[in-house]
Amino acid sequence: MAIKFEKVSHVYSDGTPYRYVALADVDLELTEGKMTAIIGQTGSGKSTLVQHLNALLLPTSGKLTVLDKVIEVGKEQKGLKALRGQVGLVFQFPEYQLFEETVLKDVAFGPKNFGLKEEEANEKARQAMTMVGLGKEYEERSPLEMSGGQKRRTAIAGILAMDPKVLVLDEPTAGLDPAGTKSMMELFRKLNKEYGKTVLIVTHDMEQVFAYCDEVVVVENGKIRVHTTVEDFFRDSTECRKMGVLPPDLIVLKEMLRDKGFKVPEGSVTMKELAKTIAGQVKKHG
Amino acid sequence: MALIEVKNLKYSYDQKKPAVDDVSFEIEKGLYYTIIGHNGSGKSTIAKLIAGLLEKESGEIIIDGMPLNRENLYKIRSKIGIVFQNPDNQFIGSTVQDDIAFSLENHCVPQEEMDDIINTFAEKVGMTKYLHSEPTHLSGGQKQRVAIAGVLAMNPQILIFDEATSMLDPQGKAEIKKVIMDLHENSGLTILSITHDIDEVVTSDKVMVLYEGKIAMFDTPEEIFKDEKTLVKLRLDVPYCLKFANELKKYGVDPGHEITTEGLVEKLWQSSLKK
Repeated sequence: MAIKFEKVSHVYSDGTPYRYVALADVDLELTEGKMTAIIGQTGSGKSTLVQHLNALLLPTSGKLTVLDKVIEVGKEQKGLKALRGQVGLVFQFPEYQLFEETVLKDVAFGPKNFGLKEEEANEKARQAMTMVGLGKEYEERSPLEMSGGQKRRTAIAGILAMDPKVLVLDEPTAGLDPAGTKSMMELFRKLNKEYGKTVLIVTHDMEQVFAYCDEVVVVENGKIRVHTTVEDFFRDSTECRKMGVLPPDLIVLKEMLRDKGFKVPEGSVTMKELAKTIAGQVKKHG
Repeated sequence: MALIEVKNLKYSYDQKKPAVDDVSFEIEKGLYYTIIGHNGSGKSTIAKLIAGLLEKESGEIIIDGMPLNRENLYKIRSKIGIVFQNPDNQFIGSTVQDDIAFSLENHCVPQEEMDDIINTFAEKVGMTKYLHSEPTHLSGGQKQRVAIAGVLAMNPQILIFDEATSMLDPQGKAEIKKVIMDLHENSGLTILSITHDIDEVVTSDKVMVLYEGKIAMFDTPEEIFKDEKTLVKLRLDVPYCLKFANELKKYGVDPGHEITTEGLVEKLWQSSLKK
């Protein structure tokens, strides 16, 4: 098991009037090699949850296992730095954190900081740049001269250069145009499927969850309300409506057709299959 | 006469390539325009040029019959309100009330008139209950609604939204879209909304499509979405119902050109009954 939360709670400002329970007795197991969406309303605790994954935040009670590292309250914490190399956390708008003179230097900063020699770090950086689709011609460019999408790729490459097993991304497509969003999501799919990274994505966009992810975790009031497969989650729009988010277009269309009187297949269906059955019904009455 | 006339407008941030490249268009009074285009296509630059926040390199901008120049700058700015992307960057006051009052104070509105104005516009955006709230206790959507109230209090003719919903969560997005629709239907304001949201585009009167600093298309949503191939080339998306209609055509059913899912489903139902 790659990641396991056992009765993990996180309380901010405990013992003060500002005490706030962000996570309450969370039990959650995430399988290695999957692409999982973490969804939930603003303030639900998703960010607190993901910041535990590389020990940026530590549980205030409970036990957390990430890869082979066990974090338990009251025990001495060793090896957290190594864990931070294994679990890469990409914050929102990561391009704001670029600071080096050239793209290569920026991407190599992480591995260098983890003690690699310049040459080795540069090698890691070049591999990471290849992964995100930034060719050699970008190595000597200033990060400031690149487009928004390229900057974000550079920032993600900086995390990948540390060769993490788990990649956690907090709203990675916020502010990108539709084409940029699509190519970013394709990148994460590639990192997941080809490079075998376990990918966790915090998002509000159900289209992305539907099209790219394997599993869904719904965080609500500091608890895990749902953890299931994408297929099961989008069987109908019930779960989306409970959360007040727009369901994927295909689900909306399917339900509208059904409500109008068309026969639509139960369970999951592709757009092609839906078009075929609806076309059949329109023509049959002719 | 058009409310905004733009002729051969040009602007460059650097020596390389103009961000806005010889653009001409007219904006009519009272309509709701959406402006779409890939990142870096010039959308925000055009908005800032019209609002007089950037100074054009060449060309002409005429607003309500007045050319935009240094002499007319403040007169023209008073006609235009602009709401930006980041809710945290545009909250100045220590409470909602103070924030709406900020622009009124700047325009020397007498104290005794302020309360009425603040109440009126807080109500328009549904923030009356929060007049004494501090920004840290507000959601992104609420902060954006306060920004809209502050802008409306200046009594502008033109309202520009520069991706005003893109940093908000789904609830916030829905709130702001509702406020925009409501203003469009009830206020007579001219609205320019820069967006990536295809559903919002469908509800607007006219759509301006920008590509690499030039206007690629400028028409009603119905017409814009007829040309799917071009839209994809321009790095844009089309409404889902059009993608579905294309699939239907492969199976011998042509539902015609419907740009909303509701419209498409209704049409399909009608044609399944007719036969």
